[in-house]
Amino acid sequence: MQTNFTPEQLQDPELKVANGILRTCVHCGFCTATCPTFVELGDELDSPRGRIYLIKDMLESGRPASELEARHIDRCLSCLSCMTTCPSGVNYMHLVDHARRHVEETYTRPLPERALRSVLAMLLPHPGRFRWAMRLAKLGKPLRGLIPGQGTTAKRLRAMLELAPEHIPAPQPVTGTHPAEGARRGRVAMLAGCAQQVLDPEINAATIRLLTRMGYEVVVPPAAGCCGALTHHMGRHDPAMATARANILAWDAEIAAGGLDGIIVNASGCGTTVKDYGFMFRNEPEAEAAARVSALAMDITEALARFDYTPSRTAPPFTVAYHSACSLQHGQKITALPKQLLAKAGFVVKEPAEGHLCCGSAGTYNMMQPEISAKLKARKLANIRRTGAAVVAAGNIGCLTQIGAGGPPTVHTVQLLDWMAGGPKPKAIEGL
Amino acid sequence: MIRLPAPKPEVMARRPQILAGLAALVPADALITEELRLRPYETDGLAAYRQMPLAVVLPRTTEEVAAVLRFCHQQGVRVIPRGAGTSLSGGALPLADAVVVGLMRMNHILDINFEDRYAVVEAGVTNIGITQAVAGDGFFYAPDPSSQLACMIGGNVMMNSGGAHCLKYGVTANNLLGVKFVTIEGEIFEVGGTHLDGAGYDWLGLITGSEGQLGMVTEVTVRILRGPEGARAMLAAFSSIPIAGQAVDAIIGSGIIPVALEFMDRPCIHACEAFAHAGYPLDAEAMLIIEVEGSVAEQDALLARIRDICAQFSPISMKVAESAEQSLAIWKGRKGAFGAVGRISPDYLCMDGTIPTGELPFVLGRITQMSEQYGLGVANVFHAGDGNLHPLIMFDANDPASFAKAEAFGADILKLCVEVGGCLTGEHGVGVEKRDLMTVQFTADELDLQRAIKSAFDPAWLLNPAKVFPLEGNKVLDAA
Ligand code: SF4
Ligand code: SF4
Repeated sequence: MQTNFTPEQLQDPELKVANGILRTCVHCGFCTATCPTFVELGDELDSPRGRIYLIKDMLESGRPASELEARHIDRCLSCLSCMTTCPSGVNYMHLVDHARRHVEETYTRPLPERALRSVLAMLLPHPGRFRWAMRLAKLGKPLRGLIPGQGTTAKRLRAMLELAPEHIPAPQPVTGTHPAEGARRGRVAMLAGCAQQVLDPEINAATIRLLTRMGYEVVVPPAAGCCGALTHHMGRHDPAMATARANILAWDAEIAAGGLDGIIVNASGCGTTVKDYGFMFRNEPEAEAAARVSALAMDITEALARFDYTPSRTAPPFTVAYHSACSLQHGQKITALPKQLLAKAGFVVKEPAEGHLCCGSAGTYNMMQPEISAKLKARKLANIRRTGAAVVAAGNIGCLTQIGAGGPPTVHTVQLLDWMAGGPKPKAIEGL
Repeated sequence: MIRLPAPKPEVMARRPQILAGLAALVPADALITEELRLRPYETDGLAAYRQMPLAVVLPRTTEEVAAVLRFCHQQGVRVIPRGAGTSLSGGALPLADAVVVGLMRMNHILDINFEDRYAVVEAGVTNIGITQAVAGDGFFYAPDPSSQLACMIGGNVMMNSGGAHCLKYGVTANNLLGVKFVTIEGEIFEVGGTHLDGAGYDWLGLITGSEGQLGMVTEVTVRILRGPEGARAMLAAFSSIPIAGQAVDAIIGSGIIPVALEFMDRPCIHACEAFAHAGYPLDAEAMLIIEVEGSVAEQDALLARIRDICAQFSPISMKVAESAEQSLAIWKGRKGAFGAVGRISPDYLCMDGTIPTGELPFVLGRITQMSEQYGLGVANVFHAGDGNLHPLIMFDANDPASFAKAEAFGADILKLCVEVGGCLTGEHGVGVEKRDLMTVQFTADELDLQRAIKSAFDPAWLLNPAKVFPLEGNKVLDAA
């Protein structure tokens, strides 16, 4: 597609990358069909092609973003379904990341929205603060009906309280070194994550149990924390880079110290970002370390396949609906692996129709865009119910929370795999 | 850049009143008027041509469409119908004084009848959406344009779209039973029904392929077919384009009609393989995708005969898909071919002409020569079985000279198609792209006759007026 950047603009390395991406787009429109927001809203402006066009116009003009651009870019889930569909290989992820940063830096949002976003950016990446906030939210949950009004802010506040879990599990700290059981076959680092630790610490516990049982030493360096995705997707460049940098340095030190056979991520939203560190830091002093880290990053299912996961018990005869998290299927292009592992573990695996469409969770999306998110959730739940499955397995905490509220019980794929390899039965399906 | 009729000053001057009038007819979220938000509607799948519209309306019902058209008619405002905006001939290119009426929100399946084998859907349902809705019961909708994932059935009717499998099943016109049709005066008509061939004149035949110039289609009734017992695709790789052309000619000449017979040249094979990972032969100069269907025994017999024929042209390799996934990957590559060329060139013009299949080797040879003359690369991918060519001329839209050359090269290819006894457009429609070439195919009288049909439906030429016919010699538009 034609672009109109001046030679001076193209001196800027970031704009140069954006220009390259825009020029790859041939405006064919294939991507519109698989974009959840276009399917729901039926407007070119809420389609990938329309957003690409808006972004092109905004960046070419160099003008500050306005409410209109912010509106349509904010409605994007960053689900990356468009990237799976695009025959031309357009890197929409890097383009929309750039655009979000431009919006964040040049547009002043209305005060209530600014405040909400700041609060989320302050809470979510920090497990301690987030747990505290969840306790408060749990107390506030019964009162959510009392928040008056149909305004955006009121809807967002209600959506936030709605998401607060009924039960907030006790913390299970995982930092340190977890030695391999039996003969050591290798050594891996694990991203402990942020919000996931608070909402369901069992996911990390199952990951560590399974890997150590398989003969892998698991290290969780205390200096590593949130991957930076939440703030990155809000366009908050500096805080995102700061948390990402801490991880890079911590893991690179582990690589230097004892060697690593992988950096294991069990929240696929984070996995997509960690795999992108190499790009994010390409012009930073940590470029090489970031590239090393990205190259070693793998989703837990990739690690299990590579390390030859083998179950040790017979699976109970129930059907599992596998929900393909967008960050796994579109962001990391991992589609068959989790289903193969679940099948290897003995489960009957079903795939809901329209599996390419996002469930509406998408990081903080379900709080910031409650209406679109609710529509996508309803659509997802209807498709899941049609499979008749008793349990939903997925590889991302956001989806598990979103689908779990109102659908069949949800478990992380690794919890089922750990169970079949000698671990405990996941709590969520105790009754089955 | 293409010439467009001058905007009507009286319409431009009354823009605020016109927008207010539209706002009274549709909900607030169905009207787009801000310049910034109109921008993405300035173009379609032919992104080289762009023009900002006056406004965009996104109706949800036939009644809303009718109200908008009636109002535009009263106000003398031009209307550009739009589906998914995937037209490769600029069918949805706006005009500065026109209102774009997009049908994307009319995306509901209304009725499915397996016994009588039809489906009634709104015009904004995607082509593949129809098949997806009936596939669970073993049915499908046959015409399958490459953009079937995204393109909408209303647009298919307006362009009489084809697709790879039309070799056996025919194009949109052969699979269409009825439409709900809104005239520019805002009258709603039902044409055809749930069975083939209604009484009286073949209005349906007239409307199909009318490129949004006679009225807007809001509902479509299509024939659905029971799927074949099975289907299998094979790849045959050849050492030169003309040799592959001869193989196509020999297959068709033998009397075999595969369900699909598709051709790709080297640049295309490489681009598509990078997208679809289908195991395309990267060492070939040209490749055929040949699909047969039926029982396993039928498939085997047909594939054996096709293999024998191909073997006479010293193929580099031949490979039959071993699984449904492999067949899917083969088709994913083919259907994504146009977009995939975006990997090797920033821009392309996708041509769409037809030729008698016997002329394939000659025409392909000429295209290669022209490509050298113009100094522009060309990637060839097309429906070889029915002689529908899609040469993709690669150019750089950031370089105006390169675009001008691409346009001239494209015109030469289409003239060549007409010269050898073919036609300017196979399935993409004339749109704005091939408008000025219509004089190569038709005499002035023939063009006037066609214009008279348009005038009978839309005397003031308000509906998609700048398309299909050259502006020169257009009495209504010239007078304006
Ligand atoms: S599918 Fe790719 S090339 Fe086509 S419009 Fe979308 S982003 Fe652009
Ligand atoms: S990332 Fe998802 S929501 Fe955003 S444009 Fe792409 S498909 Fe649409």
